[in-house]
Amino acid sequence: MGEVIVITSGKGGVGKTTTTANIGTALALLGKKVVLIDADIGLRNLDVVMGLENRIVYDLVDAVEGVCRLKQALIRDKRFEGLYLMPAAQTRDKNAISPAQMQKLCEELKEHFDFVLIDSPAGIEQGFKNAIAGADKAVVVTVPEVSAVRDADRIIGLLAANELTEPQLVVNRLRMDMVKRGDMMNIDDTIDILGIDLLGVVPDDENIIVSSNRGEPAVTEENSMAGQAYRNIARRLLGEEVALIDMESGVTFMEKLRKLFSGKNKRKS
Amino acid sequence: MLDFFKFFSKEQNKSKDVAKERLKLVLIHDRANVSPKFLEMVKGDIIKVISNYMEIDEAGFDIRLSRIEQEDENYTSALVANIPIKRMKNMGKNNG
Ligand SMILES: Nc1ncnc2c1ncn2[C@@H]1O[C@H](COP(=O)(O)OP(=O)(O)OP(=O)(O)O)[C@@H](O)[C@H]1O
Ligand SMILES: [Mg+2]
Repeated sequence: MGEVIVITSGKGGVGKTTTTANIGTALALLGKKVVLIDADIGLRNLDVVMGLENRIVYDLVDAVEGVCRLKQALIRDKRFEGLYLMPAAQTRDKNAISPAQMQKLCEELKEHFDFVLIDSPAGIEQGFKNAIAGADKAVVVTVPEVSAVRDADRIIGLLAANELTEPQLVVNRLRMDMVKRGDMMNIDDTIDILGIDLLGVVPDDENIIVSSNRGEPAVTEENSMAGQAYRNIARRLLGEEVALIDMESGVTFMEKLRKLFSGKNKRKS
Repeated sequence: MLDFFKFFSKEQNKSKDVAKERLKLVLIHDRANVSPKFLEMVKGDIIKVISNYMEIDEAGFDIRLSRIEQEDENYTSALVANIPIKRMKNMGKNNG
């Protein structure tokens, strides 16, 4: 029996889809059987981030309504053994399915998969309620900014009200250079405020954009910092203890400049 | 030598500390308001405790979260309760 994990955030654009695609791919690379469900009906994205947009025939709503068999709505990712995508419908809206239907779908899928990852839409309305309905576990994604953390807190409250009492946090788009100069909340600040367990920290990394341009998740990129962060997250989901990556070794441009300058200063003094 | 990078970082008032303080405050209110039951639960417990010492007018019991401006012009959250007392209990007897 597999595990259903919803990836959610409240605020839009903080990296739910990126996180779902990368954790899912990483888990498949670790030998797990994984299905990614795009629950963002009407605004589907997971298909393009995964580079599978040309292979869609049926979608989530078709499967739920019985227009097709469940299996027919699953796209097998030929690049990664064991990885499947169930795309969202693009021409319907969030009310096309109900939480009860979503729950039933998840029950069925977890018979056949080790992990069912659900990419939740932003917001706290129907789409969010559908996305969490069948979940055993929740991952809350945020970025270290006031509005995103505030929304994450709201989501954590709503998850608790729906029996998802131990969500885990992914802090995305961390910029070490900004943290160092005191212009971005660090991991401790964020955890301190939200009071939930940390699953992982993903640096702001331009590889994410390059890989979404190509439709190839960053976890396949050996040298991508964000890819490494997502690989670590996947291993933590499997119960391994993996230390946080040292973000300082993957220095950004400003950081390099700063190191250069401070190095010079030291030699002079 | 002028430290080029210090110039950009305002040591005294780091924006992340401002962010953190603002978040803490706003979340106190968000969390209390998300659950309408929250203040009712607090109210129920206060009544329980106070009733050991005095008889209060439960209908007139008013409790809410509000923001108070401090001397340094910062804001802080406060739980403000207005609890009309009907009668004091005779503690002497109980402690006797
Ligand atoms: N770690 C990162 N570094 C750099 N860019 C990132 C990172 N994570 C996400 N992004 C970029 O941020 C944008 C939003 O990401 P994504 O679509 O995953 O967010 P989302 O939470 O799913 O959004 P929505 O709420 O619209 O569904 C994308 O352009 C993505 O490439
Ligand atoms: Mg998305």
